Parts: sequence; structure tokens; C-alpha cells
Amino acid sequence: MSLVVKEPVTACFHCGETITSDDIVAGDKHFCCTGCKTVYDIINKNQLCEYYEIGAAPGINQRTKVREGKFDFLDDAQIIDKLVHFKDSTHFHVRFYLPQMHCSSCIWILEHLHRIDPGITKSQVDFIKKEITVIYNFNATSLKQVAKTLALIGYEPHISLNDVSSTKVKKYDRERIVKIGIAGFCFGNIMMLSFPEYFSLEKLEDPALKHWFNYLNLVLSLPVFFYSASEFFISGYKGLKQGFLNIDAPIALAVLITFGRSVYEIIGGSGAGYLDSMSGIVFFMLIGRYFQNRTYQSISFDRDYTSYFPLGVSVINADGTEMQTSVSNIKKGDRIRIHNDEIIPADAILFIGKATIDYSFVTGESLPVEKTIGEIIYAGGRQTSGAIELEVIKEVSQSYLTQLWNNEAFKTKKEEVKVSFIHRVSRYFTYALFTVALAAACYWLLHDPSKAWNAVTSVLIVACPCALLLSATFTNGNMIRILNKYGLYIKNASVIERLGDIDTIVFDKTGTITEQGRSEIHFEGQPLTDEHSQLLRSLASQSNHPLSKSIVSCLPFQRSLPVKSYQDLKGQGTSGLVSGRVVKMGSAEFVLGQQSSDSRSGSRVYVSIDSEFKGCFIINNTYRKGLQESIAGLKDKFSLNILSGDNDSEAPYLATVFGNTTGMLFNRKPEDKLSYIQQLQSNHKVLMIGDGLNDAGALMQSDVGIAISDDTNNFSPACDAVLAGERFSLLNELLAYCRKEKVIIYSSFALSVLYNAIGLYFAVQGSLQPVIAAILMPVSSISIVLLTTGMSSLFGLRLKKQKT
Amino acid sequence: MSVLFILISASLIIATGFLIAFIWSVRSGQYDDDYTPSVRMLFDDELTPDKTETTNSNKDQKDTDYGTRKI
Repeated sequence: MSLVVKEPVTACFHCGETITSDDIVAGDKHFCCTGCKTVYDIINKNQLCEYYEIGAAPGINQRTKVREGKFDFLDDAQIIDKLVHFKDSTHFHVRFYLPQMHCSSCIWILEHLHRIDPGITKSQVDFIKKEITVIYNFNATSLKQVAKTLALIGYEPHISLNDVSSTKVKKYDRERIVKIGIAGFCFGNIMMLSFPEYFSLEKLEDPALKHWFNYLNLVLSLPVFFYSASEFFISGYKGLKQGFLNIDAPIALAVLITFGRSVYEIIGGSGAGYLDSMSGIVFFMLIGRYFQNRTYQSISFDRDYTSYFPLGVSVINADGTEMQTSVSNIKKGDRIRIHNDEIIPADAILFIGKATIDYSFVTGESLPVEKTIGEIIYAGGRQTSGAIELEVIKEVSQSYLTQLWNNEAFKTKKEEVKVSFIHRVSRYFTYALFTVALAAACYWLLHDPSKAWNAVTSVLIVACPCALLLSATFTNGNMIRILNKYGLYIKNASVIERLGDIDTIVFDKTGTITEQGRSEIHFEGQPLTDEHSQLLRSLASQSNHPLSKSIVSCLPFQRSLPVKSYQDLKGQGTSGLVSGRVVKMGSAEFVLGQQSSDSRSGSRVYVSIDSEFKGCFIINNTYRKGLQESIAGLKDKFSLNILSGDNDSEAPYLATVFGNTTGMLFNRKPEDKLSYIQQLQSNHKVLMIGDGLNDAGALMQSDVGIAISDDTNNFSPACDAVLAGERFSLLNELLAYCRKEKVIIYSSFALSVLYNAIGLYFAVQGSLQPVIAAILMPVSSISIVLLTTGMSSLFGLRLKKQKT
Repeated sequence: MSVLFILISASLIIATGFLIAFIWSVRSGQYDDDYTPSVRMLFDDELTPDKTETTNSNKDQKDTDYGTRKI
């Protein structure tokens, strides 16, 4: 018979994670750590418990505490000035980026901030952008206090150098929507007022009424012509000025001629004009453009290196006091203090403290580097072992890292350099059109000159270059939407076409084909007893080194043992007295006293208890799921390369996956990566896939740069697209999908040529009635939209099948 | 049929009124965020007055707590 044993509650009430080690209890609720419990206390005290009722366990784990004094830099008046985007006599408005937002409970509690801090008047969340706009009374509370309040409930604002340097204005989209609204309104009304004209009820009509309807149409068409269609004129004119015929030029011409002829006919009383077709086509084209330009709102592609750097840093004054200074004000010779888990903002020399710098994002090296006093530490690394003091040798903008951003590759915009094939096709179309118009003109001038003008303008009205724009915009818009669904977020529509032209792929190693932050660990040696594994675990948990953390994660927790005489010897290992036993972990030399003869890949941590060798932990990079299969698929169509900033210990394994024909280069600095891409580009179209800042130059230089990211809040700037880490195995299918773009656009254009042929049949005869134009225009537009959307969704089904 | 002059004018004026309302609402920024309002409207209303009073008295207590708590 089994006893009824009361199972302990295993999930934290606040964050939902399984309670492993300490179980903190408050009343009838269990928490995994004091951090979570503290947040719960604050929420409870302020009567905000609805937070927990909206969704289960909505909190974010609070194990790592926010450092005291972390937001002191927000006391600086200059910084406040730059961050606050609106001021009036009593209130400041500020926007913070909160990447932790993930559910409706977050929205709820963030909009009830005023209950925690009465100085906050109002707070409003934009969930898609993960931004909160806080309006606070600057006499009752301060910017620093607002940031602290947010951090207190678990939503620490992410403030970086980017927030003070760039101004983000998003008025553009609003204007386009207004244009679409006006065009649609006028289109509908003009068409309604044109109905009598279509049905030729001239006998029944009062001529005064007919004239009046025509003039109303004219008035209604004015906002469409001068306001809604303005972007076509401006763009076409700009293109012509540079001697370049882009797609907007023939469209502008068509709109102009249609409007012109209609005005002439209405004022002259000879006809009703074609204003319904004109406003209709402007309406559809604007919708197409809007659809195409809707990129994924949560990702901002305009970041540069500044979004990675912090805003303020502690500068140590001559008298020993600390002062929070803005990072851009740091001068050469300043002494700064960098705390644990902070980014080094400028090249500096280590003076005091133990520095273990994680450069994985910057140079791609997967293991942290330990630096001695007197060594230079380069900007961009993250300190992982406590507080250190440094002396700055170069200002932030002069540092080794930011120099990369001065490279030529960052100055040009790729979509302006490489012209889309759409513009080329539209050019041929325009020439063909003028030929037809000229031919019609010549014919009629010889046979019946009175019809010549009529025929020519009809040809130019009906033969719609607009169809090409519609095909392109709706195809791109739908493809962007489908690519988003499968984890590839692109910067703009031109990326699709460039992806379709790729023939060479270059991969970064660390973080790109390996999973960021995770590693495979196994133990070689005599099997460990429970007691031994707890001894090892207790010693390993004293250190912050990633290898130690891996060991801690792979040994199950039972109890925490006290460690005395703990020693951490840089580059060698750690040792200590755990429950009276001497435990040592580290390199072979440190633990065994002799060099290791093991040349296999991976890092090794040898362990001994009471001077008795127990075995070693072997820690390897984990490669992304499905790497083998996806590389096998890619090898056939593309030539592959690996370009890494890390060492070549993984080369043998990579050769088995990628094959012997793949070029593999290791220990490459960011500038080397950039020049390698440049070399390849002399006769190839290159796609670069990377993840860290060290890849930024290469990503910018290549024809398309994709940044892999496991967390879309944090990715390499300077890329054209972001690929979600778990979708890496879909790469081959995604590229194949992009190649279909041209197929779809050409097919739909062929369809539109069919409509054009019908229209031209009437136009060249000089007998194009407005009703025919008015029917052809929406029918062709809608069928193009249906065809492009249908085809792109159909091809997208192939992506669905591959999805694991 | 001449009544159409008046009818069409009247309807166009009203329709233009709606167009102006549309333009005004887009320009005021209501549609910049089209996701969060859909979540926000599902939240419950604020607490009733009795409960709010208890909240206020709690707030006074809370203030003193903040005085001693280290933030």
C-alpha cells in the first residue's frame, strides 16, 4: 500500500518556473527566489493582484537582481533632456523600451504604474513595439525613480546609446493612410456619379444634370491628382533628373494624360473623361504600396552599434567618489568602474579587479577571455566576474569596434545601389507602349486625322504600367507576410529579390551554426556517486565562468554544501574545501600536474577529490538542430563557406558536415570578414549569415546579410533580415521561396498584358468609351491581386510542409 | 429629376464630413498601435469606490513603508 505523500508545489507563483533549490513561502504561495517574492509583495501591497488573475504566472524570473545604483545616470540633466521627448509646465513624457513584455498581464500592470508611484500620471503601452510611454509629474517623481519602479516589478527598461542619438519619426505611415482614404472616397463617389454615363441614359437625362455630374467628378478628382498621386510624380521626376527611368515615371505619365484629357473633355463639353479609372488606379496602387511596406513592427532595422552600448557609466573622480557620466562624455584618461554583467564602453586598460570578458557577441570567441592588470580591454565585451576599474585610452567613438562602422560598406544603402528588375521591365514596357501609340498616331494621321489625338491618348490611358506596380507590390507584400510567418523577418521588399539571386553562402560559426549560450556536456571517468557530484556542484557554483555554469547545470541538485578556502586561479582552475574534502577542478596541468594529451575537440575540465583523479567533463558547442540536413540540401545549389572569429578546434567536425569543398577560415577579425566578402563578390552574389557585432561589417558588405537570433530583441545591427534561430533548418526552403518571386511577378504581368491587349484593341480604333476603361481597370487590378496573392500563398505551402 | 441637384449635394457634404473625421482620426495617431487596444478593452473596470477608499488608506501605510525600504 502506498502512503499518501503530500507533493510539494513545484511552480513559482510569480514566474512559473519549477522550484528546484530554495522554496520561499509566503502565506499559501510558493516562489522560486526572493526576487520573485519581492515583486509579488510590491504588487500585493498596491492592490494590483489582478496581474496574477489575468494570466497564470505572468512574471519574469527575478533571480538576477538589478544592481543598486544602476539608474544613477538618469540624474544627469543632459541625459534627461535627450530621453524625454515632450515637456510641458508640469509633466515630462518619456518612452522606454521594455523587452520583457510578453502578455496581457504585463500590459495591465504597466498601465497601472500610477498605483505604485503616484508621481506617474499616466502610462501607456505599445505592445507590438514593446514600448511604454510614461507621463510623469517631474515635481513629484523623477526619471530615475520611474526607471527604478519599472525595474522593481520586473520590467527593467533597456536604455542604450541609441535612445539619445536617433530620433524616430513615424508620421510617414499616417500620411499614406490618409492618401488612401482620400483616393478611395473620391474613387467611389466618382464612379457612382459616372453611372448614368455608363448606361448611356442620355435621352432621359437633363443635360444640365450631366454637366453638373461631370464637374463634380472633376472637383472630386482634384485631391486624388494633386495629393494622393503626388508620390508618383515626385518619384518619377527624381528618377528622370538622375537620368533613370524608374517604374513611377510611366505611371505618372499615364495619370497625367488621363487627367489632362478628362479635363479637356469635361470643360470642352465633348465627353465625360476617364476620371473614375484614374482615381481607381491610384487607389489600388497606393494600397499595394502600403501593403508592401508593412514590415514587422517589433523589429527595428535602423539600429547601429549604439543600441548595444549602455548610456551611462560610473566614472571615478580624483577624490574616489563615483559619478555617473554619459558614455559619450568619457575622455581619455578617465577612470571608470564596470560592474558585473556590464558592457565595456570604450577601449581601456585594466587597473583593479578580476576581468573575465565575454566577447562572443563582438568577436565570436565562444569562451570568455581573462585579462590581467595592465592589459588592454577592448570595447564591446561584457564583464562577467565582478566589478573592475579601468582607465580609458580611447573615447567611445574612437574605439576599435566603432571604427568598423566608418567603413565604406556602411555608407551606401543596398536597395539604392542594386536596381530591382521591376524597373527594367517597366522600361521595356514603356518603350513598347510608345511604339504602339506612335504607330496608331501615324495610322490615323494618314487616314482620319481627327481621330489621331483621341487614339494616342486612349492608348496611353488604357495600357496600364500600373499593372506592373500592382503585381510587384502585392506579391512582395504577401511574400513578406509569409516569410514572417516562417521566421524570416526582412527589412524591405528588395531583399526578396536579392535573396533570389544568391549563389554563395558564408556562415559565421559561433552563435550562428552553434546555439548561443548552450553547450553539450558529458563526463568521462568512473561514474560519480551522489556525494561526489554534490561536492563538485558546490564548488562549481562558486564560479561565474560558463564552463562552471555548464557543470552546475548538468549535475542535479540535492543539497548545497559549504565551501571554504575557495581559490580561483586564472586560466587554470578552482579549488576549495567542501565539507572538509579538497576538491579541484580545472585544466589537466592544474589538477593532474601534467599536460593533457587529448586532442579531440571541446573544452575539458578535469576534477579530483582529495587528490584522487575522478575524470573530466567534456564540454562541446551544441550545433543547431537540423544542421546536417539543411547543409546537405544547401550544398547542391550554393557554394558554402565558413568564416569564424573563434579558433579552429571544431574544424574536423565541421568538415564532416559541410564537406571538403567548403572553405573554412578561423580566427578572423571583423575587418577580415568584410574583405573576404568583398573578394567573393567579384564574381558571386553572396549571402552572409551571422549573429554578432563582429559580423556587422560582413553583413553590410554582402549582397544580403541575415542575422540569426534566438531572441529578436537582441540581434546584430546592419543586417537585411533576421532569421529566428529555431527556423535555421528552413533556410534552403526559404531561399527557394524567394526565387519564386520573379516567377509570380512575370506571370501576373503576363495576365495584365492580356487585359491591355483587349483595351488597346478599343483604344487604337479611337473608340475607347469610359465605360470600357472603367470596367477593365478594376477587373485587371483585382485579378492581378488575386493571382499574385494566390500564387505566393501556394508556393508558401511548400514551406509549411517542411516545418518540423 | 432636378431634385437630384439637392440630394447629391447634401449627400456629398455629409460624406465629406465623414472623410474629414477619418483624416482627423488617422492624423491624431489612434491607429499607430492597432494591437494593444484590442487587449486593453478586455480589462476589468477600476475598483468600486468602497474598495478605492481602502486602497487610499493602504497607500498611506505604504508611504511609510517606502521610507524604510531600500530601493
